[in-house]
Amino acid sequence: MASLKDLRMKIVSVKSTRKITSAMKMVAASKLRRAQTAAEAARPFAERMERMLGTLAASLAGQSGAPRMLTGTGADKVHLLVAVTADRGLCGGFNSSIVRATKAMAADLLKQGKIVKIMPVGRKAREQLRRDYGQYMIEGFEQLGRKGIVFAEADQVASQISAMFEAEEFDVCTVVYNKFKSAIAQEVTRQQVIPFPVPEQAAKSDTGPKAIYEFEPSEEEILAEILPRNLATQMFRALLESQASEQGARMTAMDNATRNAGDMINALAIKYNRSRQAQITKELIEIISGAEAL
Amino acid sequence: MADKIQFELVSPAKLLVSSKVDMVVVPGSEGDFGAMALHAPMITTVRPGVIDIHDGGKVSSSIFVAGGFAEVNEERITVLAEEAIPVNELTAEMAEARKKTAKEALDDAGNERDKAHALRLALVAEAMAAAVA
Repeated sequence: MASLKDLRMKIVSVKSTRKITSAMKMVAASKLRRAQTAAEAARPFAERMERMLGTLAASLAGQSGAPRMLTGTGADKVHLLVAVTADRGLCGGFNSSIVRATKAMAADLLKQGKIVKIMPVGRKAREQLRRDYGQYMIEGFEQLGRKGIVFAEADQVASQISAMFEAEEFDVCTVVYNKFKSAIAQEVTRQQVIPFPVPEQAAKSDTGPKAIYEFEPSEEEILAEILPRNLATQMFRALLESQASEQGARMTAMDNATRNAGDMINALAIKYNRSRQAQITKELIEIISGAEAL
Repeated sequence: MADKIQFELVSPAKLLVSSKVDMVVVPGSEGDFGAMALHAPMITTVRPGVIDIHDGGKVSSSIFVAGGFAEVNEERITVLAEEAIPVNELTAEMAEARKKTAKEALDDAGNERDKAHALRLALVAEAMAAAVA
């Protein structure tokens, strides 16, 4: 049985752990609020970009000569998976759910005889995927959004992807990221970005018979400009969603940890008091029986 | 005078402007154009330059954009800009700094892609300098 001193030390150590986890929870909560606002503020741009693309794609539908980023290379051989995770752990299942989804996808594609390339975004993705899928890994990104995600960072990732696409290094690109649902729920989302799936609704609702758009310069030229931009926007959105999800996941995880530490402290305190009491009783008995013996 | 047109300026980070105005003059890639209510539907690319918002018979505000896209229809004009700064917040130093980074990027450019990117930066910097002046 643990001595009183051991117990006391254990209680102190759990208490300091609880302090850390509760501080982390509070930090995550405030970061979450910021990340959430940022994610919401970015929505109008993405929506309007989508609407514009829908209009463009609809007017170009059926014509040849559409950019390949929209129509694809025609092949379906090489898949690029972009796994978006955090740089840091201690956020529950946030990172591992992305890693798991990426692994499952990669395994599935490999079984179909496709070639897989994995681009890790975030340190955890690289670390956790390296062991099993190290040979498929290409260079990725880390340390994004240390001071909040800025568009330039998303642009960096996007231009890397589009450079690879232009060099014909892959045919289909899918981004795997955590979509923010609420502070306690994230949803692993697989989004195909190349070839870009035309948002059907936007294409329908905005190109009614009366809306015949003029294009300046030609549709093709605008599309060639807008598609890489759209890729950056999609990446930006994924990064923002992921950031908000990360903070949410961390907040929940740290909340649980704080609560568990509290329970543990209570249990330890009871144990400590009992053994202290037992020791006092033992000493008393010893004194009394000693006195009786005289 | 016809009705006003709904002008929206959106950057990736947020919705910057959303208001009803008389006319908006946008630097389209094939020349500046003014958009008023009942404008024919159009989609165009925007070159780096200054958007003038006309309201109440005068230019109510001017905003510098570093390129983007514009969608116009009868009741609304939407400008998607990657970067937008009100002209009165621009300074000559900012333009100078941009020019410098663009020049450095051009010097460092190893391949065609980097070069194109640097040239675009230079274009933005020049437009910014022009907007200040």
